Amino acid sequence: MSRYLIRRLGQAALVVAGVVVLTFVIMRLVPGDPAVAYAGPRASPAELAAARRQFGLDDPLPVQLWTYVRDLLGGDWGISLHTRQPVRDDLFQAFPASLELVGAALLLAVVAGIPLGVAAARYKGRLPDLSVRLSSMLAVSVPVFWLALALQTVFGSVLRWLPVAGEYDTNLDTTSPLHVYTNITAVDALFTGNWPILGSTLAHLVLPTLVIAAYPAGVIAQMTRAALIEESARDHARLERALGFGETAVLARFALRPALNPVLSLVALVFAYSIVNGFLVEAVFNWPGLGRYAADSIRTLDTPAVAGVTLLVALLYVLANLAVDLLQGVIDPRVRTR
Amino acid sequence: MTAPGALAPQLRRTPLRRVAGLDRLALAGGVLLALIVLAALLAPWIAPYPDDGGSATHALDALLPPSGAHWFGTDQVGRDVLSRVLFGARTSLFIAVAVLAVSGVVGVALGVVAGYAGGWLQDVIMRVTDVFLAFPALLLSLALAVVLQPSVTTVIVAIAATWWPWYARLTASVAASVATRGFVDSARCLGVPAPLIVLRHVLPNSLTPVLVQLSLDGGGVILTAAALSYLGLGAHEPTPEWGLMVQQGQTLFTTDWWAVTFPGLAIVLTAFAFNVLGEGLRARLAR
Repeated sequence: MSRYLIRRLGQAALVVAGVVVLTFVIMRLVPGDPAVAYAGPRASPAELAAARRQFGLDDPLPVQLWTYVRDLLGGDWGISLHTRQPVRDDLFQAFPASLELVGAALLLAVVAGIPLGVAAARYKGRLPDLSVRLSSMLAVSVPVFWLALALQTVFGSVLRWLPVAGEYDTNLDTTSPLHVYTNITAVDALFTGNWPILGSTLAHLVLPTLVIAAYPAGVIAQMTRAALIEESARDHARLERALGFGETAVLARFALRPALNPVLSLVALVFAYSIVNGFLVEAVFNWPGLGRYAADSIRTLDTPAVAGVTLLVALLYVLANLAVDLLQGVIDPRVRTR
Repeated sequence: MTAPGALAPQLRRTPLRRVAGLDRLALAGGVLLALIVLAALLAPWIAPYPDDGGSATHALDALLPPSGAHWFGTDQVGRDVLSRVLFGARTSLFIAVAVLAVSGVVGVALGVVAGYAGGWLQDVIMRVTDVFLAFPALLLSLALAVVLQPSVTTVIVAIAATWWPWYARLTASVAASVATRGFVDSARCLGVPAPLIVLRHVLPNSLTPVLVQLSLDGGGVILTAAALSYLGLGAHEPTPEWGLMVQQGQTLFTTDWWAVTFPGLAIVLTAFAFNVLGEGLRARLAR
């Protein structure tokens, strides 16, 4: 196990190094001068030169890369050009809200996707299977920004059932102020017993969560179905049938556990994907997360901020994959020798 | 591994027979996709107002609801939405074909070399794909689209840059198993130079899974391209593009729903057709 752990950690470190270099290269391709963007169009040549020196733009590229890596390791992710705050602080501020949203969406996707996949495999080739396959393919074909707009219009503006913008009703800040610990509003409200804000947050979560959950729920249902069908053709399933277990029991009690392994790695894969998809949804629902920060950064061509968001999501992806691989190594010894 | 005798009749199958082997669902997806391609090709002739595919404006006809004259209504500058949706199919399919062609060629070329050569060359190529795969496609496309100027070409470059590693990995794994087959060994014994072995023997036998994956990915590319245009990083006025049309109409959704609904449905329908067809092809291949 420890050799597997070391090899896997080494791979991850290599990927992280590559991710940092690639982010650096992309950000250096930017047309326009970051010094001008920072100092403003009416800056004097002397101010521009000072800004260039401050950002190290006069140094040769390898030196700039080295400075970039050194700063990253030291916790300095640069200064955002549009908020004028350290990018790291901005990310710390924005990320918990995104995590709340994507976490809720993935939970919903797993809770809905796996039973749907089981039902489809159980009634393979019949009506439940066909409807699960069709609806899951539909779910992965819908553009999130359009689904977000449609749900917002129908359930928010027309029917007025649910709130359409923000993370919670900010009027509640005066009547029942929230003590912030984790920055994840739902969690903070739950642990401080702040029921009005908790209720408001949950109501605001419904629509964006549904939109983000559509894609992962679809792929999880498809993957569960495929893995179950493969697993239920193996010898152990034949033995269980011979022992008198019904088809539902064979699937749900015996085939589901080994079949969940590929589903687990899929969840790690769609996690990072959902965060980026969430960017579009956050923009529509005005959710105060990474997506809104990314959208503002993109609009203002704020290179350090875009680099920060890119790097953070890529790192999360590597970490999620690493965690799932190690978890699978613990659960299933065969994985370690691969 | 199938015995050579069993393989022969399969190879002699006509294209029609192969299509017949698909299930009805996949066939429906294929027909739907063919209709969309046809609509895209014939857009200048079947669109009720061909000029509206461009920069024409009719201020007096702005935001008319769907009617006999304008089946999908008109947009905020009075252009026929149906005509723009039809012309939009050209933009989206063009982007999809260009992205899949570029990333397919790059990915397959690198993958087949990595799979056949093995050793350090494979290690280097696979580690590079690892790095690219750490970025979700939309994220890297976003970063690239910020750096480059917004245009259809930018969209193609940005998405292709994030898509090729998948084909490289897929091709490498298939090519590695093809490279161990007898006919490759015999070619090597006969003194066929390595580049020729790769081109004539390994490559043609590694392509099928990639082609299936290409069909599955058409939908994903169209969704990503629409998202980039929706964010204002892709196509811009007066190019008819579905994502852009949604963005332009989004503030009017409550009152003038048609300007947003129909372009969105066009995206859903096209991505759905690709997914259903690709899924069917994959199931067919697995059998």
